[in-house]
Amino acid sequence: MTKITNEELLNSITAKFAGVTSVGEPFGLLTIETSREEIIDLLTFLKTDAKLQFIFLTDITAIHYPKQEKQIGVIYHLHSLVNNVRIRVKVFMDENDLHIPSATVLWDGANWMERETYDFFGVLFDGHPDLRRILNVDDMTVFPMRKEFPLEDPNRVDKRDYFFGR
Amino acid sequence: MQNHPVFTDNDPQTEYSTLNLGPTHPATHGVFQNVLTMDGERIVNGVSTIGYIHRAFEKIAEHRPFYQITPLTDRMNYCSSPINNMGWHMTVEKMLGIQMPKRVDYMRVIIMELARISDHIVCNSILGVDTGALTGFTYMMKYREHIYEVFEEICGSRLTTNIGRIGGFERNFNHIAFEKIRSFLKIFPPNLKEFEALFNRNRIFVDRTKDVAAVTAETALSYSWSGPLLRAAGVDYDVRAMEPYSSYEDFDFEIPVGTNGDVYNRFLVRNEEMWQSMRLIEQALNKIEKEDPNIFHADVPEFYLPPKEEVYNNMEALIYHFKIVMGEVPTPHTEVYHAVEGANGELGFYLVNDGGRSPYRLHFRRPSFINYQMYAPMSQGMLLSDAIINMSSLNVIAGELDA
Repeated sequence: MTKITNEELLNSITAKFAGVTSVGEPFGLLTIETSREEIIDLLTFLKTDAKLQFIFLTDITAIHYPKQEKQIGVIYHLHSLVNNVRIRVKVFMDENDLHIPSATVLWDGANWMERETYDFFGVLFDGHPDLRRILNVDDMTVFPMRKEFPLEDPNRVDKRDYFFGR
Repeated sequence: MQNHPVFTDNDPQTEYSTLNLGPTHPATHGVFQNVLTMDGERIVNGVSTIGYIHRAFEKIAEHRPFYQITPLTDRMNYCSSPINNMGWHMTVEKMLGIQMPKRVDYMRVIIMELARISDHIVCNSILGVDTGALTGFTYMMKYREHIYEVFEEICGSRLTTNIGRIGGFERNFNHIAFEKIRSFLKIFPPNLKEFEALFNRNRIFVDRTKDVAAVTAETALSYSWSGPLLRAAGVDYDVRAMEPYSSYEDFDFEIPVGTNGDVYNRFLVRNEEMWQSMRLIEQALNKIEKEDPNIFHADVPEFYLPPKEEVYNNMEALIYHFKIVMGEVPTPHTEVYHAVEGANGELGFYLVNDGGRSPYRLHFRRPSFINYQMYAPMSQGMLLSDAIINMSSLNVIAGELDA
């Protein structure tokens, strides 16, 4: 099996999905960005396409950029065990409207990964069978991995970046 | 779960009882709670509750410089912490573009494979205990102690090792460490053979484990299983072979696979992996002899802490020491995913860096967390005693489950 290059991979994706843009390939791992309307179609294509076969869902997680227009990003890592290629898919959303379709229709393993993402970032996965908190206590009201929740005393200034010339 | 349909017979008794298995139950070896609906001894339904020892490592990591995150990784899978440590070092080195000397790679292979053996020793011998055979446990634990002595010789600690540094090792292996590794390779194989003779064809053990919790390859992949569990189901996915890190491509080893993913297959796969790990260690020891014996870290003064004597006597060393400790060294704006083959499966580190002194976001892909989610669905229709053995052979480590 010859390894698929990132260029081929990107071409075969953009041929089908016009809304997909490449945001680089750090350390050889192709990273693409799409919208939440397209995400399930894209994941289905990646999983079921006879040539690509990204059958293994490595991970789902999220990231918070408070200063961006769309603050919360959901990040999927997929792995094609057949071609031994990985791909990273990102979907960015507005903080006030965090609905995204659930990937549990494609992989059973997405269940807990999405619960964890919900637990820490508040991303609402539509169609998830059991979207509850998983690691934090059930009656917690905040989403602790967002950047507005400080780990230490927020009044503490001795670790601020400007002391280090940044 | 297609393998274990929910038990729906025509039993007129419709009243089920609820059983709390855990959070602290002697048979679960860790903090696991499962609320089970029982029909006699058979499980009708189960709900796993996790998070009892959640320590927010991902949040803490966002506030710590890179080298201070290593002790956090120790406390994930504490049965094989060196693999976590090495995985983290390699992630940061990949991000910084540090190329390791071959000797350091081989030293790391030795450490990681020893850790894998110690993890599998725990899993397989405890599986024996859960089936009622304490003997195997008493035979094997002695050798985990031997491995811990090697770790102690190299880094000074045993369980939560914090072994190595970003850029190499904190010190060279001394001759006692090498002797201990060599003597381990000599005395462990006969013992492992004896252990296998005790279990592999033991009627009672085989009856208790064969066809218990069998999983097809499709189901295992759908649940994103990895490591020995996935291989026992017949998929030969091993990160060491698929995406070699730390010079695994220089080594000759085999990936054992099972056929139907039951408890017995997992047991056999783990035993065989111990043999393969010993092969790897032996090859690494031979390769190390051909390398310069004084190299134990890469030449990256801006990331690798200088020795203390030099900090006090040498201007450059003092500057670098200060810069490293205060997080003054510039790092790239980038994101990196690096995976290593942990003892339980693919252990991934997803690191997003914004050039600051600590990661912008760090996510651990923890194999125990992902492997464990099938536990409740697959227990449906199983006998409680089988479910206990199943949990034992999943080898879920609570620290890694909850991070």
